[in-house]
Amino acid sequence: MSILIDENTKIIVQGFTGKIGSFHAQEMIDYGSNVVGGVTPGKGGSTHLGLPVFNTVKDAVKETDAEASILFVPPSYAADSAMEAADAGIKVCVAITDGIPSHDMIKVKRYMRRYAKSEKMTMIGPNCAGIISPGKSMLGIMPGHIYKKGNVGIVGRSGTLGYEAASQMKELDIGVSTSVGIGGDPINGSSFRDVLARFEEDPDTDIILMIGEIGGPQEVDAGKFAKENMKKPVVAYIAGLTAPKGRVMGHAGAIVSAYGESAVEKVELLKESGVTISKNPSVIGDTIKSVLEGQL
Amino acid sequence: MDIHEYQAKKILSDFGIGIPRGGIAYSPENAEYKAKEIGGSRWVVKAQVHSGARGKAGGIIICNDALEVARAADKLLGKKLVTNQTGPSGKIINRVYIEEASDIERELYLGLVFDRGSECIMVVASTEGGMSVEEISNKKPETIIRSKIEAAVGIQEFQAREIAFNLGIETGLISRTAEVIEGCYRAFSELDATMVEVNPLVITKDKHVLALDCKMSFDNNALFRRNDVSELRDKSQENPSEVYASDRGLNYVGLDGNIGNIINGAGLAMASMDMIKSAGGEPANFLDIGGGATPEKIVKAFKLVSSDEKVKVILVNIFAGINRCDWVAEGIVQALQTIKIEMPLVIRLAGTNVEKGNKILKESNINYIEAHSLKEAASKAVEALKKIEVK
Repeated sequence: MSILIDENTKIIVQGFTGKIGSFHAQEMIDYGSNVVGGVTPGKGGSTHLGLPVFNTVKDAVKETDAEASILFVPPSYAADSAMEAADAGIKVCVAITDGIPSHDMIKVKRYMRRYAKSEKMTMIGPNCAGIISPGKSMLGIMPGHIYKKGNVGIVGRSGTLGYEAASQMKELDIGVSTSVGIGGDPINGSSFRDVLARFEEDPDTDIILMIGEIGGPQEVDAGKFAKENMKKPVVAYIAGLTAPKGRVMGHAGAIVSAYGESAVEKVELLKESGVTISKNPSVIGDTIKSVLEGQL
Repeated sequence: MDIHEYQAKKILSDFGIGIPRGGIAYSPENAEYKAKEIGGSRWVVKAQVHSGARGKAGGIIICNDALEVARAADKLLGKKLVTNQTGPSGKIINRVYIEEASDIERELYLGLVFDRGSECIMVVASTEGGMSVEEISNKKPETIIRSKIEAAVGIQEFQAREIAFNLGIETGLISRTAEVIEGCYRAFSELDATMVEVNPLVITKDKHVLALDCKMSFDNNALFRRNDVSELRDKSQENPSEVYASDRGLNYVGLDGNIGNIINGAGLAMASMDMIKSAGGEPANFLDIGGGATPEKIVKAFKLVSSDEKVKVILVNIFAGINRCDWVAEGIVQALQTIKIEMPLVIRLAGTNVEKGNKILKESNINYIEAHSLKEAASKAVEALKKIEVK
């Protein structure tokens, strides 16, 4: 098992025929992901990378039974594409796009409230690296080979910092059940807490690594959720101990504007919730190892 | 993106919010003329810089005749105003705003922000205007009124009315105050703002509801569809290095330390800064060159970081995923052929084809210190710095 995606998940690519969409679609196919087609409005009926292209997500779902999609659509159209996916019955949608206006994301989230919980699409991102269930499927832009298959669930905001963690773990022969990038934007499709809840239910995940950063309430909320609702241990690293207050650190959401949003405060509040903290980014792998071995 | 007070006032006035009569001036003569044009017998001369707390820093001067207005403008224009929000170098005053003085009966606070927890727009109000919202929440938290607005349907009249009643506004001014709150909401939602703050919102003795000071910030990601907002950008209020970086697609924030950083990815950049600190050093900057780390971006990054006089050592940390390390290494070698770096350079590559990448660096004639892990990179950078300091 794994969460969100596995080797059977049928995937379509939105923004399939563009340069970036084509490149990453091919990478996903090479990794072994079950990509069944793509959507580019106006190019329906043609073939790209040997797969069918559709005008609408509904057409694609009807013809291919796709359950997951990945968005490589420019920021100005991305919110619209996400809502199209939700309406077509896509179950998991990863938005890679960086730069979607916050007002648009609020609209997307409000739009999705029309669906009953069982019918509702899970959106991951935007501004993220996507999802990988190592050895099974990759719905993202990460270098698949740095992830070893295993029993640690990863959820994080940053792409490259997530790679850093996965490669430290691989060096120590620790593998990953699924890694989920929830992205660096202030308003995102799924929160840390949403993903932790899924890992708690996954029989193949024994421990979860949460890679957070400054800004927003999500890491602390996730800590509280873990304390009240989870049996599996959670290890966390929070980036940005040296970040100044009130400045945006690359990610649109990485800004300290209230109490509980700085790295120091988040670390303190997470410790209170019983989360094991990796004190700096070079010991993420070691911290997981010691928790796995029950030595802490 | 931040804008000036006078620009925010113009916007709010277009949304039906009352503001005192005023005008912008670029010289003392201009200021005196504006004061006479506005009329009355008391004026306020306000330094236009992107910062709050201007009053405490001497950036707001009350004047009783037009000549005093000219003198105040002369005192402020061309100077740098240092507030508790600008950092020690301050911000340049290129224009002043001349405004009629108001006879204030009550000062209120009104702010609109995104609430990331509920993913709604939140109106925050308080009877304690004039203090910063941080101060209010420390000293008078019981006065804070919060109201969540569902973005899809917008603010409802009753919500605005409720806020007005909770502020203790007298009956005759309730609908006027509610209109101000609704106007701020419309400005926030129609212009892709991330923050609207009217502080203070005043009730004058002659029973007008006026925005006496206000601030607005906008979502940079939405500027592509907001030309009217984009043109309000004032680069003179931003750190020159940060302007250079943002014009070139780099994310840069200047800091006070002396170890310069070139990193791909925002999270990894923050983590590398943390690692430098943990190794006993201080980062000179945050710099995210983007996940791709193309050779062009590496060249620009070297130019940017090496132009900072504080920087004594440069640390490059690239985790190459789809873009392979060999390609990144070639980019670094190319970059160092275009610009000469005289200071110690620590390079750590990781990810796809890392051996090939390190081989390319080694076989080139660049002078650098190789590191293999995040920890090693940070401690080697700090070591290199200590060696320089000993000399």
